[in-house]
Amino acid sequence: MELRELTALELGAAIKRGEVSVKEAARAALDAIAARDGALNAFITVTGERALERADKLQPGARDAQSPLYGVPMALKDNICTKGVRTTCASKILGEFAPPYSAAAADALEGAGAVSLGKLNMDEFAMGSTSETSFYGPVRNPWDLSRVPGGSSGGAAAAVAAGMGWYAVGSDTGGSIRQPAAHCGVTGMKPTYGAVSRYGLIAYASSLDQIGPLCRDAADCAAVLDALMGRDPRDATSLDGGYGRLLEGLTGDIRGMRVGLPAECFGEGLDGEVRAAVLRAAGVLKGRGAQVVELSFPVLEYAVPAYYIIAAAEASSNLSRFDGVKYGWRAERYDGLTDLYRKTRTQGFGAEVKRRILLGAFVLSAGYYDAYYKKALQVKAVIKGAFDEAFRQCDLLLAPVAPTTAPRLGGSLSDPLKMYLSDIYTVPVNLAGLPALSMPCGFDGKGLPIGGQLIGPHFGEGRLLNAAHAFQMDTDYHKRAPEGGNLV
Amino acid sequence: MTWETVIGLETHVELATRTKIFCSCTTEFGGEPNTRCCPVCTGMPGTLPVLNKRVLEFAVKAGLALNCEITRYSRFDRKNYFYPDLPKAYQISQLYLPIAREGTVSIRTQAGDKTIRIHELHMEEDAGKLVHDPWTGQTRCDYNRCGVPLIEIVTEPDFRTADEVIAYLEKLKETLQYLGVSDCKMQEGSLRCDVNLSVRPLGGGALGTRTETKNLNSFKAIARAIDYEARRQVELIGEGKRVVQETRRWDENKDATYAMRSKEDAQDYRYFPEPDIPPIELSQDYLDGLRGAQPELAEAKRERYRAHYGLPEYDCRMITSDKALAAFFEGLVALGAPPKQSANWIMGEVLGALSARGMEPKDMRLTPPTLARLIERVGAGTVNRNTAVKVFEAVFDADGDVDAYVREHGLEQVNDNSLVRDAAARALEANPQSAADYKGGKEKALGFLVGQVMRELKGRADPQAVNAALRELLG
Repeated sequence: MELRELTALELGAAIKRGEVSVKEAARAALDAIAARDGALNAFITVTGERALERADKLQPGARDAQSPLYGVPMALKDNICTKGVRTTCASKILGEFAPPYSAAAADALEGAGAVSLGKLNMDEFAMGSTSETSFYGPVRNPWDLSRVPGGSSGGAAAAVAAGMGWYAVGSDTGGSIRQPAAHCGVTGMKPTYGAVSRYGLIAYASSLDQIGPLCRDAADCAAVLDALMGRDPRDATSLDGGYGRLLEGLTGDIRGMRVGLPAECFGEGLDGEVRAAVLRAAGVLKGRGAQVVELSFPVLEYAVPAYYIIAAAEASSNLSRFDGVKYGWRAERYDGLTDLYRKTRTQGFGAEVKRRILLGAFVLSAGYYDAYYKKALQVKAVIKGAFDEAFRQCDLLLAPVAPTTAPRLGGSLSDPLKMYLSDIYTVPVNLAGLPALSMPCGFDGKGLPIGGQLIGPHFGEGRLLNAAHAFQMDTDYHKRAPEGGNLV
Repeated sequence: MTWETVIGLETHVELATRTKIFCSCTTEFGGEPNTRCCPVCTGMPGTLPVLNKRVLEFAVKAGLALNCEITRYSRFDRKNYFYPDLPKAYQISQLYLPIAREGTVSIRTQAGDKTIRIHELHMEEDAGKLVHDPWTGQTRCDYNRCGVPLIEIVTEPDFRTADEVIAYLEKLKETLQYLGVSDCKMQEGSLRCDVNLSVRPLGGGALGTRTETKNLNSFKAIARAIDYEARRQVELIGEGKRVVQETRRWDENKDATYAMRSKEDAQDYRYFPEPDIPPIELSQDYLDGLRGAQPELAEAKRERYRAHYGLPEYDCRMITSDKALAAFFEGLVALGAPPKQSANWIMGEVLGALSARGMEPKDMRLTPPTLARLIERVGAGTVNRNTAVKVFEAVFDADGDVDAYVREHGLEQVNDNSLVRDAAARALEANPQSAADYKGGKEKALGFLVGQVMRELKGRADPQAVNAALRELLG
C-alpha cells in the first residue's frame, strides 16, 4: 500500500484495521519531511521524536478508536500554541517562545488521536499572502519551487500537497487557509466565525481570525472539523453550531441546491484560465443536479480597504504585547524602558508586520478613528447585508479564490497594495464571519492548481462540504499530487 | 476676589468578587509576587478574556444603588498604552458604552444637603504593580493584581469643598459595602480616588483649567490635597500666571502636589471595541431580578430605625456605620430585644470589645441570640446589669452559653428581699460610723454601704433593691 496516496480518513481506517501501524504512518510522514522539506521549508519545527513516542502511545488503542483520524500524522500552523513546543508565529520576536499551554484546537485534535509532526511555516504573524514574510525563510510551492505556496498558511498547504502529513490546521483571517489551499491544490476550509475556539491561536485580527483544516479532500475536512468545532468556555466569541456530524452528512446529493455566481467575482482582474476553471466547476455541480443562478454582489470593491483597516487596527493592539518585557526575544542593547520597547520591536518584527502595526495605529489614532476605523465597521455591516441578500437567492456561492494561480517568489512584496488587492475574493467572507472552502478545480497551462471557492451562510459548513464532496466525486483534481515539484 | 473651587472625582473601586474579571485566579490581596496570576491575566499570546458574570452583576448593582441608568447594550473597549505593569499593552475598559450612566448621590455636610451627579460607571481590569528595588536599582513586575476587577465611578464637577468630597466618598464607601460589592479599603488600594480640580471667580462663569491629582491614599490626604491645589491655583492666577492642564501627584511627606505630565504629553490611547468579548445585552428580567434583590442600604435603615424603633439620630448612625453591626442589631430586635437597649449594648459593650481586640464587626463570633438572651435576663431581673457586663465579656469571644455561664458561676440576681434585708442589716451593724454619717446628712455614706451589701451578695443583687433596703433600715 502506498501510504501517501491515502486520504486521512483512509489512513485512519487502515490504522484501525491494523493494516498500518501508527508508527509506520508517522515514519512515512517524517521520511517525506526529511526528503522534501529542505527544498520546501514548510516546517519551522519538526517534532519527530515526540511524534514517534506519541505513535507508540497511541498504538494499543487503535483497534477500538472512536475517532476516524486516530493515529493520523498531521501538523499545526506555527501560530497555534503547543505546550512545551516553541510557537514562533514565524517571527524573530517569538523565536524561543514555548507556551506553557496548548490551544483548544491542538487539545481537541490530540483528543481525536492526532500525531503531530511539528509546526508549520507561515507569513510572520499570519500577515501576508505568499508565506515569504517568515523570519525562517519563504515556503516554496511543491508544484513549482520557483513559486510561492500562497499565504499565510503556506507551510500548511505545501505540507499537505507534498505528503508531509495527511492534514494540517491553519488559520484564516482574510483568506489565509483558502488561498494557499488553492495555490497548492488541496482542500481548505475556513469555518463560521466562532465555530472553532480561538483559545491559544496567537491573534492577528481577533474579530476575523478563524482556525480551519487543510486536507486532501472535503471528506477529510469534514472529519477534522468534527473534531475541532464546538463551544469553548475559554473563548467568549465561540458558538455552539450543533456540530460534530459533518462527516456523516456527506451524501453527495446536491439536487436542487442553488449555486449562485456573483457577477462581480468574474469581472476585470481575474485570470482567464482561473475564470474558465471555476465556471467549469459550476457546470460539474449542475451536472449533479444543482441549479446555477447568476446574481450581483455590488459592494465587493469596498471589502479590501475595509478589511485592511480593521485587521491592521486589531493587529496593532494585539501585537503590542510583544515588547520584550516578559517573554520572547529582547533587544540585546538598550537604554531605559522606552529604548527597550523601541529596539525590541524595531529589530524583532519584519517589515510587513511593522507596516500593518503602523497602519493600524494610524487608523485608530485621535482624529482618524471616525474617518477610517468607524467607516470600515460600517462597510463590514454593509457586506454582511449583501451576503444576506445573496443567500435569499441561492444556497451557496461559487467564486474564484484568487485572481491568479501561484505567483513567483519575490514578485509580490515589493508592491504590497497589489498583493492586498489579490485578497478580493476571500476577505468579504471574513468580514461577514461566514464559512467558505477552497477546492481544487483545475490546472492552468503551466500545470499550477486552480482553486474554486464555495461560500455558505452562517453554520452552512455541512452544505459547503457536501457540495465539495459531490464535486470531488466527479473530478480528480484533488487526487493529483506534485511529483517532486518542478525544479528550476 | 473670592474664588470658588470646582471639583470632580474619578474613583476606582476594586470589586469583591472571588476571582478576577477575565480568568479564575483569586483576587485576594497580597501573596508572593506572581503567584496569583495565569496565562490569561498576564496576557500570554493566544489567551482570551472571558467576562466573570459576578463582575457584571456587581457593577450593575452599584449602578442601581447610585441611581444610574443601566446600559442595556454595553461593551468593552481596549485602551492601548505601553507600560511594564500592563502585560497585554492594553487595558480592557469601557469607553463608548459604559455599563451605567447618569446617576446621583445625595450627601449631607454641615453646609446642608446636596446632590452629586454621577457621569458614568464603567468596568475595567486592574494592572499589575512595579516594585522598585533601591538596593539593586532594578524594577520588578508583580502581576498578582492584573485582572482584579474594578469599577470606575466618574462624577460631574459638582463639588465645591473638601467636606463635600469626603461626605461623598463616605457615602459611596458605605453604599458599596452595604451592597457587598467592595470592601473599599483605601489602605489596600481597593478604593482609589483621583481629584479633578479647577478654580473660578465665585458666582459661576466658565470653568477654569483643571488639574488631576493622583496618589491620594486616605481621606485626610484627599482633603489636604484639595486645599493645597485650590490655594496653588488661586495663587498662580493672582500672580498673573496660568494654570496648566496636567496630571499632578500628591506627595504625602511634603504635603504638596507636583506635576507628573502635562496635557501636551497626554497619550493617545487609541480606544476601539474589544473584539474578544461580545457585547453585553441585559434583559429586563435580569435587571428586574437584580433590582428586586438589592439590599436595604444604610440610609434606609437609619430612616427605619428612627421611625420604627424611635432610636436617636446618633444611635442610628453608629449602628449603621457598619453593615455587619446593623445586621447584628436587627438580629437582636428580631429576637424580641428592646431596640434602645440593643442599641446601647452595641454602642457600648460590643463596639468596646471589638475595638479592644482590633476586630471588625463582620469577624465577630458573638451571635444575636446570645446577646438577646443576656438582655432578656437583665430585663427579667435574673441577672443584674453589672454582672451582665461580666457575662458578656465571658461569652463574647466564643459565643458562649449565657445561661450556662450564669448558672456555673452562680451569678443569678438575688431577688429574695429577706436576703437583701439581712445583708443590709449586717452591713449597718459592721459599719456603725457610716450609718451615723448618713444619718448626719452625708448622702455619700450610703454609697459605701450599698457597696458592702453588694460585695456580701457577690454582686448578684439589684442595686436598686439594696438601696431601698438600706434606706428603710436607716429610717
